[in-house]
Amino acid sequence: MSIVVDNDTKLVVSGLTGREGSFHGLRNRSYGTYLAAGVTPGKGGQEVEGVPVFDSIREAVEREAANTSMIFVPARFAAPAIDEAIESGVHTVIAITEGIPVLDMLRTYWKAKEAGVRLIGPNCPGVLSPGKANVGIIPAQFFDPGKIGVVSKSGTLTYQIGNELKQAGEGNSSIVGIGGDPIVGSDFIDVLKLFEADPETELIVMVGEIGGDAEERAAEFIAAEISKPVVAYIAGFTAPPGKQMGHAGAIISGSSGTAQAKKEALEAKSVRVGESPTETAAIAVEALRASNRGSA
Amino acid sequence: MDLLEYQGKQLFAAHGIAVPGGEVAATVDEAAAAAERVGYPCAIKAQVPIGGRGKAGGIKIAADAAQAREHAEAIVGMDIRGPRGEGPFRVERVWVEAGSDIASEYYASVILDRGEKKLLAMVSAKGGMDIEAVAAEDPEALVKQHADPTRPFTAAAARPIVDAAGLDEDVREEVAATLAKLAEVAMAEDASLIEVNPLIVTAGREVVALDAKVTIDNNALYRHEELAAIDAESVADPQEAMAREKGLIYVKLDGNVGILANGAGLCMSTLDVVAQAGGEPANFLDAGGGSKAEAIVDALTVIGSDQKVTAILFNIFGGITRCDEIATGIVEASGQLDLAVPLVVRLDGTNSEQGLEILAAAKLPNLHQEKTMLDAARKVVELAGDS
Repeated sequence: MSIVVDNDTKLVVSGLTGREGSFHGLRNRSYGTYLAAGVTPGKGGQEVEGVPVFDSIREAVEREAANTSMIFVPARFAAPAIDEAIESGVHTVIAITEGIPVLDMLRTYWKAKEAGVRLIGPNCPGVLSPGKANVGIIPAQFFDPGKIGVVSKSGTLTYQIGNELKQAGEGNSSIVGIGGDPIVGSDFIDVLKLFEADPETELIVMVGEIGGDAEERAAEFIAAEISKPVVAYIAGFTAPPGKQMGHAGAIISGSSGTAQAKKEALEAKSVRVGESPTETAAIAVEALRASNRGSA
Repeated sequence: MDLLEYQGKQLFAAHGIAVPGGEVAATVDEAAAAAERVGYPCAIKAQVPIGGRGKAGGIKIAADAAQAREHAEAIVGMDIRGPRGEGPFRVERVWVEAGSDIASEYYASVILDRGEKKLLAMVSAKGGMDIEAVAAEDPEALVKQHADPTRPFTAAAARPIVDAAGLDEDVREEVAATLAKLAEVAMAEDASLIEVNPLIVTAGREVVALDAKVTIDNNALYRHEELAAIDAESVADPQEAMAREKGLIYVKLDGNVGILANGAGLCMSTLDVVAQAGGEPANFLDAGGGSKAEAIVDALTVIGSDQKVTAILFNIFGGITRCDEIATGIVEASGQLDLAVPLVVRLDGTNSEQGLEILAAAKLPNLHQEKTMLDAARKVVELAGDS
């Protein structure tokens, strides 16, 4: 097993006829993801490298049995595109687009909740289940199949940690980029739940950053509901208050959202927190091997 | 983007929320002339995007023309730091505001609650002081209510928290109406935070916003022309202005180690490991995914123009970004710019071998390669010296 995307994923890409959509959609296909269809309004009937293009996501669901939608639409048009995906009949929507206004996401978040559709992102690198499927822009060459689940607010930081795990001889069940925006479809807790239920995942690495209280909430949830070991990394100890550090959500406001507060909240619940990506990967490898020895 | 107080008040006024009259002024003479028109007593208020201005000496009451000039002389041009060390911000403008006859000071706000994914309205009878201290010492004094995300937040919806906060009965309806209008401002203007502290009741029993703290979602500026214009002129730092012109995500910091990384998370992490190695980062610069050679030239131009920078660290983990592109950019930039400071480069990920070959072939003086992020951080701190 693995989570969110796997061998049953039938992908439909909104924006497949665009430059980025076609580059990444076809890259996902060459990794082994089943690319069922593309969607661009007005371009129904065309093909991109043998992949049929439809006018709407619903058509792609009806004609090609697509069950997972990836959104590459520019920010101004992205929220309506996500809404369309939610109403189309797919069970999972992965939104890569960055720069979507937060109030648009607020409405879209509740739409997805009511419809029972899993929304990942926006402003995220997507989801990779090594050896099975890749939906998004995660460079798959840095990740091998294995036992460590990774959930992260950041893209490149995840590649850094994944690469160090690979060099240490460990791999991943799934890597889920939840995105660094203030409102995301799935939080740490949503993904932690999935990893807890996934028999292939034996340890979870959680990569957080300044802003909001998702890490603090995750700490409470881990203590109450997660039986598997969790190792965390938090970025942004040197970020000054009031300055937005790249991601729209990475801003320390009021007295909350600091990296120190997040680290303390996690450590209070016995989650080990690495000082650097390198140390985090080392702790994860050590903890995984210790728990394997324990159960052997 | 954080609006200045007077900009927030102008937004409030446009949505029918009562604010005191006033004028903005950029010089002492302008402030003195504004005070004459506004009348006495009036408040001279520093316009910087931080709290705690009063304590820092940035707000003073003038009883007459002589005092207005005296206060304006003290405030215009002063540097103010926020209570949590933000800034310093130089006072480029003051807001000259008609004095208010205050009977009570309340607190009102509407913020985006990221955890609950809803707007959260808050009200308290304990206004005019640090609300975080109120929340910590007397949590029941701060009453909260989430807005139903599927319908507008009306005065009727706000009424229960106004009652629970124990405000004076004769103004409860007006305060509830004000909260509903604040929620309307949030929705209409894409504000993720609106705080009024204090929201006052005047001797004439009017409810008036005496302060305004408003944060606008930068992602939504494309649909707010006037707010976008405010954002464009709000960048005071020369490096930040230059970076914005070049489309780079850059934040100026206080140290001497210039930093460039790809991706917001990796960049924050790079600042942290440099600090752990004993260095002080000079900036945050995210070169973004898929960085091209010309973006590297632009980034080095911005970082290099900061006179405090004594060494620069490139920390690249190539995913979509290709390390050979980055290396080409570094070589090009070295040819175009007269960089006097050492560069430490760590390239890993996609096409890193080609990237390293390009750098080796160029034989750039003052360029140091390191294999890992931690070694690179230690090296750049050693080369940068004390700030």
